[in-house]
Amino acid sequence: MAQQSAAVGYHAGVKAYRQTYWQPDYAVKDTDLLACFKITPQAGVEREEAAAAVAAESSTGTWTTVWTDLLTDLEHYKGRAYRIEDVPGDPSCFYAFVAYPIDLFEEGSVVNVFTSLVGNVFGFKAIRALRLEDVRFPIAYVMTCGGPPHGIQVERDKMDKYGRPLLGCTIKPKLGLSAKNYGRAVYECLRGGLDFTKDDENVNSQPFMRWRDRFGFVAEAIRKAEAETGERKGHYLNVTAPTPEQMYQRAEFAKSLGMPIIMHDFLTGGFCANTGLANWCRENGVLLHIHRAMHAVIDRDRHHGIHFRVLLKALRLSGGDHLHTGTVVGKLEGDRQATLGWIDLLRERCVKEDRSRGIFFDQDWGSMPGAFAVASGGIHVWHMPSLLAIFGDDAVFQFGGGTLGHPWGNAAGAAANRVALEACVEARNCGRDLEREGKDILVAAAKVSPELKAAMETWKEIKFEFDVVDKLDTVAA
Amino acid sequence: MKSGTFSYLPPMTPQQVRQQVEYLLGRGWSPAIEHTAAGRVPGSYWSMWKLPLFGEQSADRVIAEAEACRKANPGHLVRVIGYDNRRQTLGAEIPLAHA
Repeated sequence: MAQQSAAVGYHAGVKAYRQTYWQPDYAVKDTDLLACFKITPQAGVEREEAAAAVAAESSTGTWTTVWTDLLTDLEHYKGRAYRIEDVPGDPSCFYAFVAYPIDLFEEGSVVNVFTSLVGNVFGFKAIRALRLEDVRFPIAYVMTCGGPPHGIQVERDKMDKYGRPLLGCTIKPKLGLSAKNYGRAVYECLRGGLDFTKDDENVNSQPFMRWRDRFGFVAEAIRKAEAETGERKGHYLNVTAPTPEQMYQRAEFAKSLGMPIIMHDFLTGGFCANTGLANWCRENGVLLHIHRAMHAVIDRDRHHGIHFRVLLKALRLSGGDHLHTGTVVGKLEGDRQATLGWIDLLRERCVKEDRSRGIFFDQDWGSMPGAFAVASGGIHVWHMPSLLAIFGDDAVFQFGGGTLGHPWGNAAGAAANRVALEACVEARNCGRDLEREGKDILVAAAKVSPELKAAMETWKEIKFEFDVVDKLDTVAA
Repeated sequence: MKSGTFSYLPPMTPQQVRQQVEYLLGRGWSPAIEHTAAGRVPGSYWSMWKLPLFGEQSADRVIAEAEACRKANPGHLVRVIGYDNRRQTLGAEIPLAHA
């Protein structure tokens, strides 16, 4: 085979990544997808080289030059590391900012974005740990995605709920009830005053309760509760299934029963299934509640994985009308400032960079609807003032044990929650400080609600005061 | 039968209604009065009492309109709602005590 001279043409071999993929003078384009990675390099690897390696391996590069590089315009297609910053209070790692041209991503495909940004690069040997902290999706890309099937405003109109957060309850025990007994628990919660009940995430279609039976009894429970209260009710029918075909079959059956809302687990089900289901929900007028099982596997470690705010942005693009966001005050992990940051990202039209809330980029959602933040996990009536202060109105507060554990049963537990919520909303509207005066507000409301009084006595002492693991990166005060 | 937000609290006193109306006006929402026959599931639409009071800043005048509605529709549920035109939703719904 003929050999070419070395002076011109293709040069085989290995080049330092930084020669091609580190570009500190790069002017970011409005159409670029921007990412902030937290990189913990192996000993002896320089920051610029590690940052460039991440940019390369998550875009056009590989470990060696290849002759086909010369058939395309790599200057146009490559990702570029363009900035490096210290991580406050942690010298073991640093932030690297990478800009990717929009051409690298299939339109409307969260799947494709994730395959690039959090693909091979996370196993790269030169890096000890890697975390995707934030992503700026350019408005041009946002508009190629379907987003929430309905959004907050349409859901309020469909469910006829205004001027307050919504109330839900996850039915317990989460596994083992028969369909008929399960429907009983749903009915009792809804007639007591809740807006929604919910299948727990692992309720799919087990031998003790097949999905079709559950859907039928739950539908009867909803209709009965609606007729008795005059209010609209719903139950998140979990259509998460082993295959997309079964998922759609369950969704179709829920629709045929006239059910207003269904549910999906977006990480275990996957973004492909989730985006398809969100499209189905938009076309069929069914609301979509999103659970986040598996998220803590991905997002809890401060040095490796994907931050929850990125998973949340991806879900808003893929589609869902509700998303679990943590409670701050309950049994599950969640830093307050970080939570305030990501619930803005879920609900608002435009969110500005705010490092004090862990937001690294401005994010413009254009006309894409926002979704309800769902606070769930270890919360009860005593948390109501704080929950309302933290989340405001566009949220669903879900009390599982905090409804079903009431000494007089679900309906009383539901009424206690509804009274507590409405008392807090009324007080807030009068200008009272919920977190300082919360106890007074609840005690006053309990004087005319024996259900609330009993609930307050039951859960008086329960607190979940552990330090959070995934803290924002700040210098110790 | 329940009729939305605040229907799980005791009926509001005139003073409580006033505070809620002041909150509604303070948010910049447009007040409007609606009514419906008690004991029926009303669906999405209650009957309008006149047009929304666009630009109204006085809680007194909003409450006076609500009282006029209540007088003209004995036995009906009456509420003051707040149209949030920016977000295309209702910011508040305030039920009045039964006449």
